[in-house]
Amino acid sequence: MSAPLTIPADAPPLTPGARPATGFWRRALRHRSFVLGAALSLLVLGSALLSLLWTPWSAYDIDIASKLRPPSAAHWLGTDVLGRDIVSLLLVGARSTIMVGVIAVGIGLTFGVCLGLIAAARKGWTEELIMRLSDFTFAFPAVLSAIMLAAVAGPGMLTSITAIGIFQIPTFVRVTRGSANAIWAREFVLAARAAGKGTFRITIEHVLPNILSILIVQATIQFALAILAEAALSYLGLGTQPPQPSWGRMLNDAQTLLFQSPMLAVYPGAAIAIAVLGLNLLGDGLRDLLDPRLARER
Amino acid sequence: MNGSASAPLIEVKDLGVRLNTSRGPAQAVRGVSFSLRRGETLGLVGESGCGKSVTALALMGLLPDSAVVSGSIRLEGSELVGLLDARYCKLRGNRISMIFQEPMTALNPMHTIGRQVAEPLRRHTGCATGEARKQAIALLDRVGLPDAARRVDAYPHQFSGGQRQRITIAMALACQPDVLIADEPTTALDVTIQGQILDLIADLVEERGMSMILISHDLGVIAENVQRMMVMYGGTVVESGETNAVFTRMGHPYTQGLFRARPKLGARKGTRLTTIAGTVPELADLPAGCTFADRCGIVVERCRTALPPAVDVGAGHGVRCIRTDVSMASAPRAGA
Repeated sequence: MSAPLTIPADAPPLTPGARPATGFWRRALRHRSFVLGAALSLLVLGSALLSLLWTPWSAYDIDIASKLRPPSAAHWLGTDVLGRDIVSLLLVGARSTIMVGVIAVGIGLTFGVCLGLIAAARKGWTEELIMRLSDFTFAFPAVLSAIMLAAVAGPGMLTSITAIGIFQIPTFVRVTRGSANAIWAREFVLAARAAGKGTFRITIEHVLPNILSILIVQATIQFALAILAEAALSYLGLGTQPPQPSWGRMLNDAQTLLFQSPMLAVYPGAAIAIAVLGLNLLGDGLRDLLDPRLARER
Repeated sequence: MNGSASAPLIEVKDLGVRLNTSRGPAQAVRGVSFSLRRGETLGLVGESGCGKSVTALALMGLLPDSAVVSGSIRLEGSELVGLLDARYCKLRGNRISMIFQEPMTALNPMHTIGRQVAEPLRRHTGCATGEARKQAIALLDRVGLPDAARRVDAYPHQFSGGQRQRITIAMALACQPDVLIADEPTTALDVTIQGQILDLIADLVEERGMSMILISHDLGVIAENVQRMMVMYGGTVVESGETNAVFTRMGHPYTQGLFRARPKLGARKGTRLTTIAGTVPELADLPAGCTFADRCGIVVERCRTALPPAVDVGAGHGVRCIRTDVSMASAPRAGA
C-alpha cells in the first residue's frame, strides 16, 4: 500500500459559495468581440447621455445661412440642409434610438417571456393558442404593422415603439418556450415537484433563472433589430417626427442631396452600423461568456 | 398521524396506468395492489420499462397529464387518485417524498444546496428563513455531508455524486414524510458509495419510523434492504411476498431468471453470464396472456389465453403463474 493521500495543511481553503460565474469579468475582458461590442454599445449609450447635458450646437435651431457647410472647427462634421450641426444631430439621435430600442425590447421581453413561460408550463391548448397567435403576429413585418398602426393612431415615436415592440413579442415567446421546455424536462424540476412545489413557483424559481442567460443574449440581438427597424420607420416617415432628430430621418433628409453632399448620408448610416454591430458583437460575446461549454471550445 | 399501528398507511388497489405514447396508448401498469403499514419497507424490482418508476410517479401524482390512472391509492384512508394538483402539492415533499436516480441532475445548478434543502421546510411548515436554514444544516449533517455548516451555501457542482445524493436525501426528508419512495437511489453511484447511501437510508427509515418503497433492478439491493418485495414484469406484479420467503422459494420463472442472471463471484474466467432469452414486450402491444410467456421456458398454450391470477404459494407469497407446480420444483435458492 502506498502512503494515504492527504491534503497538505497549507492548501488553500475551498471558497464556499463561489458562483459558477467566478472570474466572469476576467474572462470577459479577454473576449475580443465582447470587449469591442461593449465599447461600441457604450459609445452609443454615452452619446445619448452626453446629449442630455451638452451638445456642440442646438440640434433644433435652424440656421439656413450656414447650410451644407463642410466639416470645420465650428461644425466638426459640417451642417445639414437646414444648417443644423451634424454632430449635435447624431448625439441627440442616439437618444431616440436608445429610447425606442429599450422600450420596444422591454415590451417584447415582458410580454414574450410571460407568454413563453405560460406556454411551457401549461402545455395543451394554452400552449397551442399562444404559439399560433405568435406565429400570426410574426407573419407581419414590423414595418407593415407600423404602417397599419400609423394609419390608425397617426405616425410618431409612440407608434413606431409599439409596432416594433409587438413585432418583438413572438421572437421572445419562441425562445422562452423552447428553452423553458428543455428546463421542464430536467430531473431537478421533477424533484422540485416531488418536494411539493406548484407550477408557478417552479417557473419563477427553477425555469426562469436557468434560461436567463439565453434571454439576455436574445435581448441584445433584438435591441439591434429594434434600432434597424426604428431607422427604417423614421426613414419612411412613420417613426420619430421632426423636429426630433433621429438617424433614420437624417438618412431620409440626406437622400435628396445624395449627389450634392453624400457625406450627409454616410454619418447617420455609420452611426446605425456602429450601434447594430456593437450590440451584435456584445450579444455574441455574452452568449460565449454565459455558456461555459462554448467558452471552453474557444 | 394517529392511525392505529395495524391500519395501512398507504393502500394501493388495482392500480392501472395508461400512458399515451407516440406508438399509441400503452398500459404501463396493470392491477398493482399492495399496502404498507407505518415503518414497513417494500421493494420493487424488475428491469427497465417494467412499470416500477411509473408506479412510483403515480403514487407521487407526478405522471404527465395525458396519463390515465385507474384503481385506488389511499394515504391513511384518503383517496389520492384524481386529487386536485393544488391539494397534491401539499402532500408531496411533506407526507410523501421521493429520492431520484440521478443525483447529478436532481439538484438545480442555480441555487445553493442550503436553499434547496430548506425550501420544502419553508413551504410546508411555514418556518422562517433563518430557522429553515438551521434545520437544513442539521439535516445535511445528519445525512453525513462533511462540514455541513460551512458548505451549506455552496452550489451543487461543488459536490461529488455521492454527496449530492446525500443532499437529495436531506431534501426528501426535510419535512419528516410518512412515506419515502427511493427510485433507484444508488444506480448512478459507485459500488462503495452505494452501500453507504443504502445504509444511510435504512438508518433514517428506522430512526424516523417512515415507510419506504425502494425501487431497484438489483436483486442484491432488494434482498438486503426491504422486508417485502414485489417483482414486476410488463406492468404487472409477477411475484410478491416477504423478501425472505421469495428468495427461499422463487415461484415465478421470471424471478428465477433474474436470479440466475446475476453475476456471480468466483465464477470461472470466461463463464458467460446467464441471460433470459428474448426481449421485454412492448407496453403498447402486450400479449393477451401472461406477459412473460414469450420468454418463459415452461410456457404452455394455456399461458397465452389470459393473464394468470396470483396464486398463493405460502403466507402472503403470491405468484402470478399457472405452472408453479413445475417452476417451484426446480427453483434456485438464494445462497445456493
